[in-house]
Amino acid sequence: MKESLTAETVMIAGHGGDQIEAYLARPQDTQTFGGIVVIHHMPGYDSSTKEIARKFAAHGYAAIMPNLYWRDAPGASPDDAAAAARAKGGVPDERLVGDVGGAAEYLRGMAGCNGKIGVIGYCSGGRQSFLSACSLPLQAAVDCYGGAVVHVPEQAPASMKPIVGLAKDLSCPLLGLFGADDQFPPPAETAELSQVLDSFGKPHEFHTFEGAGHAFFSPDRPSYRVDAATKGWELVWDFFGKHLAS
Amino acid sequence: MCTYLTESIEAAGSGKGANGWFGLSEVNVYFDHPVHAPADHTLNIDFANPAKGPAARVAVELTTETARALVKAIEATLAAVPAGLA
Repeated sequence: MKESLTAETVMIAGHGGDQIEAYLARPQDTQTFGGIVVIHHMPGYDSSTKEIARKFAAHGYAAIMPNLYWRDAPGASPDDAAAAARAKGGVPDERLVGDVGGAAEYLRGMAGCNGKIGVIGYCSGGRQSFLSACSLPLQAAVDCYGGAVVHVPEQAPASMKPIVGLAKDLSCPLLGLFGADDQFPPPAETAELSQVLDSFGKPHEFHTFEGAGHAFFSPDRPSYRVDAATKGWELVWDFFGKHLAS
Repeated sequence: MCTYLTESIEAAGSGKGANGWFGLSEVNVYFDHPVHAPADHTLNIDFANPAKGPAARVAVELTTETARALVKAIEATLAAVPAGLA
């Protein structure tokens, strides 16, 4: 693989048919490919998450990241849009599912797409990845240290509810990547989620990395842990390779 | 983690953003991931006027120590204001 790719901004139909912005990265040196919806973290539709989309394209997947804050601040810089969205209480779960579903449909409609769609999200996007996989027909999902799945912090907006009750509807295998030192979600909570998934016979594999806390994948933050991130990426490639391959 | 913790107040005053001075209508205070500061979490303050668009915002991301010192400095300054001025 030569890792050749193209990346561009597109408009897609999101929740309720709304036109929203999205960042699309696609491989150039493969004729058929699986698709991945990348859910950005709470700081927004930013450069670091666009880089993740390009990384997937370099590895042979079409990746699309919907701008979850487009409605709150169309055309604004990512940090201003994140601030505006936060002041409005964040992204409603229903809207998130609609936007991810629209992004998945966009990928399925691309010439060369094999129809297999995965989703991955980090931090708040980890929770939203699980939410999407329990709400939409997908082929693989990755939850990177998503909190507020089993228990919601007291300070969270009243609109935010635990979503562990959706586990019975999980539509695809789930890969969970967590830090042993993380408090949100703590290992006890991810273990609880694993037990719930077991009770419904839902395929999943959770990995909890020693010496890592929250956001260990983020190379531009002090929380970055090279060992956990390197092993985590290997697990992601194996997982998506198994479930999204043509 | 994304804390989702946000305190908002109505504001009167002015701020200077990327496009010059503007009147403030609200201030949002939260403790969460920063965009720019080299820390996992910071105390963030947005002095904003949403009616003028999302870019009408003066943003700061402060370490916990700096934020606490700022609170003391504001209180000390206000306490020292001569009678009748504030």
